[in-house]
Amino acid sequence: MRFATVLAVLAAALVASLAAGVLVGAVSIAPSDVLAALGGADGPSATIVRDLRLPRVLAAALVGGSLAVAGAMLQGLLRNPLADPYVTGTSAGASLGAVGAIALGGAAAAPIVPFVAFAGALAAAAAVWRIARIGGRTTVLTVLLGGIVLTSFAGAAITLLLVANDRLALRAGTVVDLLVGGIRVTDRTELVLAGAVVAAGVASALMLAPRIDAYAFGEETAATLGVDPARTTTAILAATALLAGAAVALAGLVGFVGLVVPHALRGIVGATHRRLIAASFLAGAAALALADLGARVVLAPAELPVGAVTGLVGGPFFLALLVRSGAR
Amino acid sequence: MTRLEARGLRAGYGDRQVLRGVDLALDAPSMTALIGPNGAGKSTLVRCLAGLLPPSAGSVRLDGVELARLGRPAIARRIAVVPQLFETLFPLTVEEVVGLGRVARLGALGRARPEDRRAVAEATLDLGLGPLAARRIDSLSGGERQRAVIAMALAQEGDVLLLDEPTVHLDPAHQRATLAHIARLAASRRLVVMAVLHDLNLAGAICDRVVLLSDGQVASDGPPADVLTDRTVSAAFGDGLRVGTSDGVPYVVPAPLARFSHWQGTAGPRGALTHRRDGP
Repeated sequence: MRFATVLAVLAAALVASLAAGVLVGAVSIAPSDVLAALGGADGPSATIVRDLRLPRVLAAALVGGSLAVAGAMLQGLLRNPLADPYVTGTSAGASLGAVGAIALGGAAAAPIVPFVAFAGALAAAAAVWRIARIGGRTTVLTVLLGGIVLTSFAGAAITLLLVANDRLALRAGTVVDLLVGGIRVTDRTELVLAGAVVAAGVASALMLAPRIDAYAFGEETAATLGVDPARTTTAILAATALLAGAAVALAGLVGFVGLVVPHALRGIVGATHRRLIAASFLAGAAALALADLGARVVLAPAELPVGAVTGLVGGPFFLALLVRSGAR
Repeated sequence: MTRLEARGLRAGYGDRQVLRGVDLALDAPSMTALIGPNGAGKSTLVRCLAGLLPPSAGSVRLDGVELARLGRPAIARRIAVVPQLFETLFPLTVEEVVGLGRVARLGALGRARPEDRRAVAEATLDLGLGPLAARRIDSLSGGERQRAVIAMALAQEGDVLLLDEPTVHLDPAHQRATLAHIARLAASRRLVVMAVLHDLNLAGAICDRVVLLSDGQVASDGPPADVLTDRTVSAAFGDGLRVGTSDGVPYVVPAPLARFSHWQGTAGPRGALTHRRDGP
């Protein structure tokens, strides 16, 4: 009952933030015109609402939901509340894949960017898992160190590509969006594709949830409870990479959503992953839709990358959570 | 009838051989204590019997089938392990912890069915955790937490229960109560129970069979009165222990030692355990 209430509140918050994202923007459009545009009317404001604001708001929601669900899974797998796709370098691997695809293929590469981002995320997730297990057991420290190593390696490789490759210099805007977290939706197909990938990722996350719960007392106890550790770990990392890859393809590197959302929700909905994942998707989607709204209006008509907003808001918020949990 | 059997079992970590040919058969219902000095290989044997560590030679069979041929879910439906350490960062409730025991039986979609809920409720009640079901595991005392983890293993509804030092964090009264409880459950559910115990007195008082592991081999195996004798105990643990009996139950006490007062005013020990301090 109480969980149902939490879900209802989060769903309402998501709808409200989506509505706010469509209603508010650099150009002021009357709410009645927005409704008319959504209803199929024509005109310049209808184009802004239907072709710019709506896809962007939906993309923001998908990115936020994916990152939060991926964060919840990684935190459960690594038994570490400091894990998410950004911190573990999974997002960095995805962005290196995306930039590499653009460097090699230019504009023609656009349709394959999500797939290459997924491959990069998968490689990075597998690498951080290996690094984290050096010495036989995963510790908070090795996970974070692995993430730092991967993130700086991917960052350096992207810089190298950027300097050495003419195609990237021409598409510097896209590359900057990938690096600092800017939502860029080029066409509707991209959004639909990402939506399908995210749906598959979230569905796998929900199915894996009871097995992620079994990791609560460590990998060996998970095995005695009937989880095949190698197979399950691979499935969890693949689902994480799917979600992180989709998020990076739509919005580049966005930090803190995957870290803060599951961490904050665990105190409200409890620690079992089925609930945590469902709630994280809704809360992450609402949070990033709001963050993107902030990114668009704070310096309007100039735009801030949404990654800067999540960093500015999420950093102190996460610090507060850390201080509170340390004081307990 | 359940039989868990190790034959010619050798296992270790990398180059280090820990078990050097263990032969052991456990039949249901029974309650066996596994004792032995530090480093004898007790935890390694438990890990092999649970299928967590593959043997380098020999075999572990459950009802004649090698564990290596069963998958993790199939093993978990038969063999439950109560882990030695049970720290978790996440605020699971007692009911949720006990529910983890059903992971191996969940369907593809991972939803709990009525029989899962029944097994969880039964295990929770069996360990007297009813009133604590909704409490967070990190808010419990050591004894309550240990009971929650035992209930988790019971909810697996296997027929073999392996416990690695189940009473290590408990005071003597709780140690006794917990083991007595497990003995009752073993009898009523007709389980094969084997518990690694450091407390030889508890082993002698509660188990009907004691297996003494020494240097990776079974040094002695039988009823407590046959295994806990001066000769076998001092062969395995050294000379510092004395064995007596009380009402037919063997007990083990430290041999008389020089007390603190004996050492007062002397220069202090010199030797292997001396704490050497360098510097000025």
